Amino acid sequence: MADKIFRVNMTDLTTSIDDVPEAWAGHGGRGLTSTIVSEEVDPTCHPLGPRNKLVFAPGLLSGTVAANSGRLSAGAKSPLTNTIKETNAGGTAAQLMARCGCKALIIEGQPKDDKWYAISMTPDSITIAEETDLVGKGNYTVVKELKEKLEGKQAVITIGPAGEMKMTAANISVMDPDGNLRSNGRGGLGAVMGSKKIKFITVDPKDGKVEIAKPDEFKAANRAFGKALVDNQISQALATYGTNVLVNVINEAGALPTKNFTLGQFEAHDKISGETMHDLINERGGKPKHNCHAGCVIQCSQIFNDKDKNYKTAGFEYESIWAMGADCCVESLDDIAEADQIMDDLGLDTIETSVAIGVAMEAGVLEFGDGPGACKLLRDEVGKGTPLGRIIGNGAGSVGLAFGVTRVPVVKNQAIPAYDPRAVKGMAITYATTTMGADHTSGYAVATNILGVGGTVDPLSKEGQIELSRNLQIATAAIDSTGMCLFIAFAALDDPDCLPALIDLINARYGLSLTGDDVTNLGKSILKTERAFNQAAGFGPADDRLPEFFYDEPLPPHNTVVDFTPEEIDSFWNF
Amino acid sequence: MKLTVKLFAYFRDDRFVAEVLDLPPDTSIQDIAVKLDIDPDEVGILMINSRQSNLQAKPSEGDTVAIFPKVGGG
Ligand code: SF4
Repeated sequence: MADKIFRVNMTDLTTSIDDVPEAWAGHGGRGLTSTIVSEEVDPTCHPLGPRNKLVFAPGLLSGTVAANSGRLSAGAKSPLTNTIKETNAGGTAAQLMARCGCKALIIEGQPKDDKWYAISMTPDSITIAEETDLVGKGNYTVVKELKEKLEGKQAVITIGPAGEMKMTAANISVMDPDGNLRSNGRGGLGAVMGSKKIKFITVDPKDGKVEIAKPDEFKAANRAFGKALVDNQISQALATYGTNVLVNVINEAGALPTKNFTLGQFEAHDKISGETMHDLINERGGKPKHNCHAGCVIQCSQIFNDKDKNYKTAGFEYESIWAMGADCCVESLDDIAEADQIMDDLGLDTIETSVAIGVAMEAGVLEFGDGPGACKLLRDEVGKGTPLGRIIGNGAGSVGLAFGVTRVPVVKNQAIPAYDPRAVKGMAITYATTTMGADHTSGYAVATNILGVGGTVDPLSKEGQIELSRNLQIATAAIDSTGMCLFIAFAALDDPDCLPALIDLINARYGLSLTGDDVTNLGKSILKTERAFNQAAGFGPADDRLPEFFYDEPLPPHNTVVDFTPEEIDSFWNF
Repeated sequence: MKLTVKLFAYFRDDRFVAEVLDLPPDTSIQDIAVKLDIDPDEVGILMINSRQSNLQAKPSEGDTVAIFPKVGGG
């Protein structure tokens, strides 16, 4: 069965299943969502209006048994940044959509009435039904009730109340194999789904399977690929400590943004560290290692229980812990877990929302360190959609505007994540230039600046950073198209067997003969497509800059500032 | 010379979190690792006073040395 494009028009409530246009055939994941958004969305449209489109695409290898291939890309024009956006998540949706023969799901238009809808996909149908029961409900309730109601193993993609209220920090959540949540976190795509009045999407592959052109070669390549991942020492540490192992690393390096980006180290770092969390999880009968989709062999996720040994949250990530922890000076992992659970349930990006709360703390809305206060703010203001709640739910930039704060850590209005660009200078280039607004995953220069992966560069020096960020952004755009979790990059950067095995997998799946150069060219062309969209939306070099406080305020302990000239930043695009 | 040595992740198991060690001058980080029964091949990240360093580096009196295994995240 050839892959198809599934289309849903919310204006007239019609659907169609069409052949894949030839120009889209070689794309998957991010490459495909960005190609479709570029071709079909007017870059000047209002992101929450009828002319924006929300596109979901499994990666090129999703739905196969290839290790770590179950990431789902979501794309649209972002209401947070007004740029093109791709954000990807684990969970079961990418694999099951691929098994439906769905190359991409394109949701367009907007209902004229005030009703809410649900979409369901099978290999030969895509239908729209009015939804009333679950409207207004949190993500945990949606997932729990659907899990009981749906037959067989189905995927669920949902938005919470934040997406319904069209907050620009709203995410899209995807159910994982245990009925917990993973998120297409960044850029407010939950608000786009809410603007189309879609509460949730279910995917039932029935007995659909993905066809493999050369099964024997595929098997051999997957064995080599899986081995490279499992043998990698960083993969092994991810299973033990999760991504939160980074709190102590980045703190030691003086690059952990603390107290709304005024310090590079957090005194209470050890209380929220991966080491402490690991011990707590074991003490409380949680699971230190867990995968966000079947087939992940790295297993960086975990189940974190509360003091009474009851489930609290899953996939408790470094970024989330840093943002509510160090950036807001909250010292209690339990308070951070509580906030994490509320944000997951409301359907909010934990980075954007917690950084917004950090800016609100600077504005005096609440005190730095007030974890219970932050939870109350989330529950009673953001969750209920009060005016203050909406200011916070629209992200860090929105809070800065409302309260006249100038130290607002955003690029293209998206909150800067957990690495201060004054002390990890490679990240200054990535944040400034990525087509996505401040995003660490799009060019993870931390690997080479701090972690000693893929070589070493001095994090406090400008030298080599532009080229590093460029190479990483190109490679990442390609990896984001395969459906692979980005954490394969640690093995890919240091193990010479890893990337060739990945390319062999793609070739065996589709009967192609791509080379490494083809993959690099794919990455380059994706970045250029995305940039062209942003330029047509009105973005220029002046938008590829960091907020001025990064140039003016030295960050302790190293007391460094961002010192790239505008010309140096712009040279990123010389390729 | 006196140095503060900090250990992270599983290097802490059966060792310590942070300790002041009294070591002969000219000690390299590699020497410290060996003394602590840490396999230098397992060392991933090294910092002296929060600056990136390497196994051959020789810290000075009063420095803080941080030793991590190969770890990552994102
Ligand atoms: S390594 Fe983590 S994020 Fe990646 S696929 Fe596995 S559990 Fe998901």
